[in-house]
Amino acid sequence: MGTPLLVQNAGEVSLSGTWTLVSLMASDQDPRRALAALGQVQGWNLLGVERLDSAAAVLLWRTWGRRWPERLEISPTLRATLERVADLPPEPPAVRDYRDSLVGRVGRLTLSILRNMLGLVELYGRLVLDLFFLCRHPRDIPWKEFSANLYKAGAQALPVSALVGFLIGITISYLSALQLKTYGADLFIVNILGISIIRELGPVLVAVLVAGRSGSAMTAQIGVMRVTEEIDALSTLGVSRTIRVVLPKVAALTVAMPLLVVWSSASALLGGALAAFWQLDFSFNYFFSMLPKAVPIANLWIGLAKGAVFGFLIALLACQFGLHVRPNTESLSMRTTASVVTAITLVIIVDAVFAIFTRNLGMPS
Amino acid sequence: MQMPVIDMQGIWSQYREVVIHKDLSFQVQPGEVVSLVGGSGSGKTTLLREILGLLRPTRGSVRLFGTDLHDPDPIRQRDIRRRLGMLFQQGALFSALSVYDNIAFPLRELRFLDEDWIRELVLLKLAMVELEPKHAALMPAELSGGMIKRVALARALALEPELLLLDEPTAGLDPVRSQNFVQLIKELQRAIGFTVVLVTHDIDTIYGLGSDVAVLAEQRILIQGSLDQVVALDHPVIHQFFENHRNRSAA
Repeated sequence: MGTPLLVQNAGEVSLSGTWTLVSLMASDQDPRRALAALGQVQGWNLLGVERLDSAAAVLLWRTWGRRWPERLEISPTLRATLERVADLPPEPPAVRDYRDSLVGRVGRLTLSILRNMLGLVELYGRLVLDLFFLCRHPRDIPWKEFSANLYKAGAQALPVSALVGFLIGITISYLSALQLKTYGADLFIVNILGISIIRELGPVLVAVLVAGRSGSAMTAQIGVMRVTEEIDALSTLGVSRTIRVVLPKVAALTVAMPLLVVWSSASALLGGALAAFWQLDFSFNYFFSMLPKAVPIANLWIGLAKGAVFGFLIALLACQFGLHVRPNTESLSMRTTASVVTAITLVIIVDAVFAIFTRNLGMPS
Repeated sequence: MQMPVIDMQGIWSQYREVVIHKDLSFQVQPGEVVSLVGGSGSGKTTLLREILGLLRPTRGSVRLFGTDLHDPDPIRQRDIRRRLGMLFQQGALFSALSVYDNIAFPLRELRFLDEDWIRELVLLKLAMVELEPKHAALMPAELSGGMIKRVALARALALEPELLLLDEPTAGLDPVRSQNFVQLIKELQRAIGFTVVLVTHDIDTIYGLGSDVAVLAEQRILIQGSLDQVVALDHPVIHQFFENHRNRSAA
């Protein structure tokens, strides 16, 4: 591999050797600086140049102030290379401006939220219509997909939701016991744990877990199916994408979530009872016989209802975000993140609404 | 004699129990245009990936520009790769980057050029593949199939490589576009003088490029030579592949 050589002789500059990007980079003394340091130049001699690539041609062209020098000795091949640079349109390429004013950003965000809400309503409507259709054509009910989703989102989530529930139960029970002991109100540990876990913590905890676990998986799966045009392939085969892809996921999560809530709450109560046994010397027998008296059964129904609603919301959001992935990697990752974040936020908002509407239910008299 | 650009000797490629290449040798001299042809599963893409260093043959040596491709020194490995350009079948454009940034990417990776310089080079490459400056702002998802190929070619040519590898350059293009694309590659090859190795199924592409042909069959390079030499060989694989071509010549 040759090197770029530059000799200045009485106002005339002779270039020789290899003038390519690779040789420019490999050269010890920076030819860029050598070119920039040239003073008045009367003529250029490029006859000794063996190879000139476009990177070096651009460099020369810029050194010449973007016009041909008055005296130039050059071979026709090199002239052709330089002419390609000279023929470039002078205007810069339109580079998309990613910056945005505050007003623009707020507006775009609002519009995208509205668009997503509209999409959610649309998808919901589609699902209701699909349900009517399935009632009349029960043979088309996608049992297999439903069962596969139930297994993936429900059964496979059992270990992790049990573990998280158990640990949270221990923590809350331990911390509450420390406080209650100072007041001598030990007995209320059952009330605190029972109501908070069954009514509030169980459903929200499982919702956050499931949103991160199954919601993201659903968005990513549908998103990739869109990128690879599998969704379109389904449509062309006459298979409804909502019946075959969206409905099984939404139905499975709506069914699986209440079950997971019961499972996780039970595990949390077990953890709580264990901590109460250590801290307050409550026997398991006593703890669990007190539980029905301290916690009216309505709380369990509220927890189950929350579970079903949260599951439905998480799956619906995940599918909605997945169906609108644009075919590039950036959009896929953005949409998956947005799906999980939106699902968790919405779950907490809906939980607050639940709290308001059920404020008179399930409180011990 | 000049040093061959690609020099593969004694290549054995094995995937589990399947032997794909058996003691295969393949050489390409500077400035040559060579089409790799062969039936499906004959190991064309495997060979291309071995030239690129994406796959390592089970046995044998791959030398590019006289240097061992699997040199342990990462800097030397990188330097070899900077001297070759690859056009993937689907373009493999970075979907999160605009056309401009896709072409600028290899130039920026050098950490040598300033942004003005890069801009002029990107414009130059766009002009080379006959795209307009206004296309620079588009995202890959907004491009048509032919444009994706052109942008991918521009990116492959960004560093003006000495060796250009093409995987099915005309697959997925309509006949007119594919003819134009072949013409474009041919003109660029004449202007810049790089060596080209391509995998193709398309006789018109081989014809259009006026390229030599290397036939992969029986786990080796059956024959490598000009199209006429190859067609003259009496072998079932060649009969099958070039049948249409013969019929057309006869007519």
